[in-house]
Amino acid sequence: MSVVVRLRSAVCLLGRFPALAGVDLDVERGEVVLLSGGNGAGKTTLLRLLAGLLPLHQGVGEVLGTDLSRDRRSHRRRLALVGQETFCYDDLTVAENLRFAARASGSTVEAASDALVALDLGPLADVRHGKLSTGQRRRLALAIGLARAPELLLLDEPHAGLDAPGRAYLDSVLKDAAANGTSVVLASHELELMRPVVDREVVLVNGQANGALAAASTPEPAAV
Amino acid sequence: MSIVQEAALIAGKDLKIETRARVISQQILPFGLIVLLLFAFALDPDRGVLRRVAPGLFWVTVLLAALLAISRAFSIEAEHGARDGLRLSGLDGSSIFLGKAAALALELLIFEALLTVGVVVLFDVRLGSLVPLVLASLAATVGLAAAGTLYGVLAAGIRARETLVPVLLLPVVAPVLLGATRAWEASIDGVTSDAWPWVALLGIFAVLFVGIGMLAFGPLLEES
Repeated sequence: MSVVVRLRSAVCLLGRFPALAGVDLDVERGEVVLLSGGNGAGKTTLLRLLAGLLPLHQGVGEVLGTDLSRDRRSHRRRLALVGQETFCYDDLTVAENLRFAARASGSTVEAASDALVALDLGPLADVRHGKLSTGQRRRLALAIGLARAPELLLLDEPHAGLDAPGRAYLDSVLKDAAANGTSVVLASHELELMRPVVDREVVLVNGQANGALAAASTPEPAAV
Repeated sequence: MSIVQEAALIAGKDLKIETRARVISQQILPFGLIVLLLFAFALDPDRGVLRRVAPGLFWVTVLLAALLAISRAFSIEAEHGARDGLRLSGLDGSSIFLGKAAALALELLIFEALLTVGVVVLFDVRLGSLVPLVLASLAATVGLAAAGTLYGVLAAGIRARETLVPVLLLPVVAPVLLGATRAWEASIDGVTSDAWPWVALLGIFAVLFVGIGMLAFGPLLEES
């Protein structure tokens, strides 16, 4: 299996505060890794670092073959970040936001249409983003991420705000990830929901990671 | 996609949002007309004075309206993490700059056309030689849009951007105010030979800031 993410002693500063204070992490192709930890542990910062949105201040960082200390942009089209923000425009409709994001990221309009259908957003296609509920926005954000057909999917609290069908679809995405060759790194507080569908859990404490390298630290999956 | 296609994608998105939100037509245009009326009240009910100072008043009004349009162009990227979405898209910084500047220039040109009608009606101005007047307006608008887009992204990540952009931008675009006013004065007086040097100055300013913007916008977007 090839390594998609490789971090060694990675440090990321937010101002002067070390939000990540020496993180080691390996993620292999098709692997689903859960980041857990309390508020402020560094989960979102780690996802944004992997996406190239934050600089690597110290240590070694490689994502999809790109050295983050030299280049934070080249790998972005090959990943998707679905976070607490939707990256959408209030005055564009669901379909317009999806089409714009797909075209901007080099994906196809067909991929956008497929994602629209997969997340049951068809009936909302002509509704403006500003009129959507929180849950509908989360589904749209997930559709935008999946329309990119990413090699690395970064999810920040993916279950938050999703209704039962949305959660079921998300779980199917995670389960299919390995078969599709998509690696997933997700941050969540809903550990009981996530543990059955992940390969490995990495616990972040004060910007440092435990269990980031060794699969032996994986918790026993809960009974499904 | 080529740089032109990427720029067209961004410009199309910005123009669609502005068409829907109607900020230009319902807020910025009335603002411009109110400023013209206030000048008319403040200076002299005798139209002789207004006719003489009309070019300067016109371009001061355009500058003030441009500040609002620039602020608007970057506030839409601040909502829902849209700026991060642009960064993650992998679009080239030059393309984003050209697209946003083109949309802004088109909005300003429409504003100027309508404001010109206001100046003609309220200040009893006869436009004289149209060719240098139109070319000066085009060059001034491109320069304003390019400089505004560049300074807009410079201040994008700063909390006080609404007040910072005017402080940074107005001194920089002083040559546009000067050149466009002088070119308009010469055109209205029918002395076209006096207008051309100012048109050339405006052209140089526009080319300079389009070039600087294409080089600097991407790195500034990354740091915003």
